[in-house]
Amino acid sequence: MIDLLTHSYVVNVAWILAQILMVIGPLLIAVAYLTLAERRVIGFMQLRKGPNVVGPFGLFQPFADALKLMAKETILPAGANKVVFLFAPMLTFILAIVAWAVIPFGEGLVIADINVGILYLFAISSLGVYGVIMAGWASNSKYAFLGALRSAAQMVSYEVSMGLVIINVLLCVGSLNLSAIVEAQRDMWFALPLLPMFVVFFISTLAETNRAPFDLPEGESELVAGYFVEYSSMSFALFFLGEYANMILMSSMTVVLFMGGWLPPFDIFPLNVIPGPIWFILKIMLVLFVFLWVRATTPRYRYDQLMRLGWKIFLPFSLLYVVATAGFLLATDRLPTIMAG
Amino acid sequence: MPEFLSEYLPIAIFIAIAFGLSAAFVASAFIFGNQRPDDEKMAAYECGFDAFEDSRRQFDVRFYLVAILFIIFDLEVAFLFPWAVSLGGIGLFGFWSMMVFLAVLTIGFIYEWKKGALEWE
Repeated sequence: MIDLLTHSYVVNVAWILAQILMVIGPLLIAVAYLTLAERRVIGFMQLRKGPNVVGPFGLFQPFADALKLMAKETILPAGANKVVFLFAPMLTFILAIVAWAVIPFGEGLVIADINVGILYLFAISSLGVYGVIMAGWASNSKYAFLGALRSAAQMVSYEVSMGLVIINVLLCVGSLNLSAIVEAQRDMWFALPLLPMFVVFFISTLAETNRAPFDLPEGESELVAGYFVEYSSMSFALFFLGEYANMILMSSMTVVLFMGGWLPPFDIFPLNVIPGPIWFILKIMLVLFVFLWVRATTPRYRYDQLMRLGWKIFLPFSLLYVVATAGFLLATDRLPTIMAG
Repeated sequence: MPEFLSEYLPIAIFIAIAFGLSAAFVASAFIFGNQRPDDEKMAAYECGFDAFEDSRRQFDVRFYLVAILFIIFDLEVAFLFPWAVSLGGIGLFGFWSMMVFLAVLTIGFIYEWKKGALEWE
């Protein structure tokens, strides 16, 4: 009996390990190719070619970059707190990938189907600010310090409106489970009835991931590179990987909350034979393309404009929308009944 | 192990793997790259000058203010989470209780807006 128990336990853990590696492997490759896609897409939008020399269409460029960074010297500034300095990029990277544990790739295709999935995602993405703060503080450099302050203030500002947008979705679903959120969109994606919230959420994810037009923390023209100015080699690469993995994560959150996750856009014949995970990935790619598109199109915000948008427009607007959504659902008796468990 | 805790086992394993992976990345740079430190290279970047002063100095109090506002509103969001999920069960009474809470908070928000806590420059 004991043998059987330990045996099933080992098999269980091995299966979990396999699942995790099946997520992390493709994720890292996706991150590598997102960096290439970004350079190529922006290149074409600006009538340039982008990197096209290493391998066919520049396809080996990400690996060349990775190998180059690996061969570089890791510079530990004399005034830095060495341990915190080295741990900060690790933390950013860890947080960017552990969030994937709860993302449902298809019906039942999720590593940990916890019943507070959205809360877990929200918590993990909130912790991201620690990597930035630790890097800026430990570097003991003025640029890094100022960049970290700005970045932290920006991330927490937009997190509030992101939280309120998520409340809107939860009102329509009545569950914190991500699979339940996707299932609730079988008839209609939340992007349609909650369109303003969808837009607010997407812009907040841009600010949350420090992407253009909100890339002030690393505003090259004034702060050099912001909080990671002192980083080099693989420590720098980890920040880079973490930032891009975060972009993919935020896109997948957008897809799960508003664009019906793994569900096909219409439940009709040629579309609904395509497996769910493929739909999920296609939708993520669409959102990521918009990320790149925005970067190629919009000029950078000023810091006071950024804070005004976050606190004076998004926060009151999304708060009012929560009240409106709750009132509407209650008045028309469309509130979801609470699921048992 | 209780059933609901076993759902979190994959997450624990995931965190362990992510930690190992990132540590391996950092270590690989020390293994494959040459470490040749010297005084100039290890100095903090400041456009080629020697650093004028320590970088841990006073900073704008508004960043502190933003942090405090964030705590207030993030707590509010934390209150809203269970309310939003269970609104179907608590009905009108639950709705109006939350409206009273939000009204109090909105008064505070208007106050800080008028006080200029949200102004930058």
